[in-house]
Amino acid sequence: MTGTFVGMPAFPKAAHEALGNAQLRHNLAHATGTIRAKRQRLVDEVNENSDWEELRLAGAGVKEAALRDLGTQLELLESTLTANGATVHWARDAAEANAIVASIAKGHGVDEVVKVKSMVTQEIGLNEALEAEGIAAWETDLAELIVQLGHDLPSHILVPAIHRNRSEIREIFLTEMGAVGRPAPDDLTDEPAVLAAAARAHLREKFLRAKVGVSGANFAVADTGTLVVVESEGNGRMCLTLPEVLISVVGIEKVVPTWDGLDPLLRLLPRSSTGERMNPYTSTWSGVTPGDGPQEVHVVLLDNGRTNALADEVGRQALRCIRCSACLNVCPVYERTGGHAYGSVYPGPIGAILNPLLKGPGSDEQVDSLPYASSLCGACFEVCPVLIDIPSVLVDLRAQVVDAHRGGVPKVEALAFKGAAVALSDSRKLAFGERFTKIGLRLARRVGASKWTSARDLPPAPRESFRTWWKRTDGGRR
Amino acid sequence: MVTCINDALYPGTGQAVVTLLRRLGVDVEFPESQTCCAQPMVNTGYLDEAVPVVRNFVDTFAGYDAVVTPSGSCAGCARHQHSIVARRSGDAGLAAAVAETSPKVYELSEFLVDVLGVTDVGAYYPHTVTYHPTCHSLRMLGVGERPRQLLEKVRGITLLELEGADQCCGFGGTFAVKNADTSVAMGTDKARHVQDTGAEVLTAGDNSCLTHIGGLMTRQQSGVRSVHLAEILAATE
Repeated sequence: MTGTFVGMPAFPKAAHEALGNAQLRHNLAHATGTIRAKRQRLVDEVNENSDWEELRLAGAGVKEAALRDLGTQLELLESTLTANGATVHWARDAAEANAIVASIAKGHGVDEVVKVKSMVTQEIGLNEALEAEGIAAWETDLAELIVQLGHDLPSHILVPAIHRNRSEIREIFLTEMGAVGRPAPDDLTDEPAVLAAAARAHLREKFLRAKVGVSGANFAVADTGTLVVVESEGNGRMCLTLPEVLISVVGIEKVVPTWDGLDPLLRLLPRSSTGERMNPYTSTWSGVTPGDGPQEVHVVLLDNGRTNALADEVGRQALRCIRCSACLNVCPVYERTGGHAYGSVYPGPIGAILNPLLKGPGSDEQVDSLPYASSLCGACFEVCPVLIDIPSVLVDLRAQVVDAHRGGVPKVEALAFKGAAVALSDSRKLAFGERFTKIGLRLARRVGASKWTSARDLPPAPRESFRTWWKRTDGGRR
Repeated sequence: MVTCINDALYPGTGQAVVTLLRRLGVDVEFPESQTCCAQPMVNTGYLDEAVPVVRNFVDTFAGYDAVVTPSGSCAGCARHQHSIVARRSGDAGLAAAVAETSPKVYELSEFLVDVLGVTDVGAYYPHTVTYHPTCHSLRMLGVGERPRQLLEKVRGITLLELEGADQCCGFGGTFAVKNADTSVAMGTDKARHVQDTGAEVLTAGDNSCLTHIGGLMTRQQSGVRSVHLAEILAATE
């Protein structure tokens, strides 16, 4: 019932549509501006007593240690989870992971599951796969519920319904809730507290009824066999504790070697994401605890392109990502286009590198457009809590995109750059070209360069180039 | 290094750098074999095409004490990206030459403040000015407050604060045409902030960004001029 990102157009086209959405522009500018300021206050606060840069280094170090030794860490995780009473499954791709979850759910004869907010299950299209098997997957995070009821797509990692306003949410609740469970009250207003109460009543029914819960995990601790979910609402904890069966789908990059490694990460994550010192709910569970919580615990460890990313010398640092969304909130591109334009559950600067790394540069036009969806301003790198140098990865991926298309019939752009390489490797050829600057600019104004001139003037042509001036005046001495 | 954009479109900026540096007692040369830093190729993904351009760069600037350029992003490319191009070429000689030239490349404000040790360059500019710190000078090079320190010492100038100064203007090289709509949306906000200051002049350390913001502002008949930092610093009574 949720929409799907499959078949999304390339970034420039999708962005064009998003840019025309006044509500989206307004919501994004307001929300990202607010979160940016909150985050900055907390970073300043950390710097009063200790050092934010040191904390970033520590966080990046924990993730890096796991990635450098991923095979060993994952085997350790499997053994500790198993010793704790969990069942570990390995999934190479989305289809395998979905089949595992569906088969566990069917084994319990259920026709519905409740879900904790989880990007990885969006990545693999789990809800659609379960629907095809006759199993309804209910999103229980408030924003995900809004997205699901609205037959919509998430547009932000942390605030999936950032593109909606409260009157739209009221409308969605009134028209959609009744069809899938407890309806919204007739006198529903667009007051946030009233909307939250309607969602609470609607979800409570599902929490108490569901036999199977599905989650992701923010971290998977190898030495203790513990999964960790951080959230704000407590709906996640309901899903993690009330059902009899809990299935967690976890990307293999979520592993951290030791319990102590959570220390810097749990300090970095809430400050970078919601701009809070601590998130309201941090749930940890180590397999099965007899008589308390789910008595059947499954963990699906998912690759789905992660080992491809790991093999990418420059890009592998993207696997350090802890999904905080700080890079989205500072990104001037994201702030204007929103998340849908990226055509993936992972939008913004991190999505612009993660999607091509997972899917492979050259795989299709949409994926290939993502590394170019950035002005390379570097604001993302500046705030990343685990020091992912997103601009450098973007530039490297652009080279991979270009390389993937070498050999075939060259595009106009490729020919232009080949020509430029010839002209710019020899100043005499460049000087010859510069004699035509005036004609070139005039031509550009008349015919070509419409992408530039649709909204911007070109500068007037100078009387002579700098090199002509230098020669004519002997460097200004004549 | 005058940069290809300044060479072809903004000779006045190059001339201002020459005037300014000579006034401060620097022996200035313009090696005529120079062309481009190769940034347009590198940032669009054309690494093979960047190789001969970087080779030309290191050949041109090999013997000099310092390579000064009125562009944060060209300096950024030379300092941080030429090594990537050299690695791609597989040519150890080029890699060694890049390692030699890269650290000697300075953005103008860095050279003035760090190498010459001056902030008062003896300039006079009786106008209201707002300064946009360009992303690559700010984040790639970390020029920090240097341009502002220089501007504050200019006699007659009135400096006005730019709201959202550290947010990108949306130029981004080929981004400006590949993602023209988003680029224009970003630039429109930047131009609006510039307008809101009430300044007559917008200045920055990169003419590429100024071409973008200035192009939007002249299209909007905003009445604000864009002037490169070097031209303000070179101006006298």
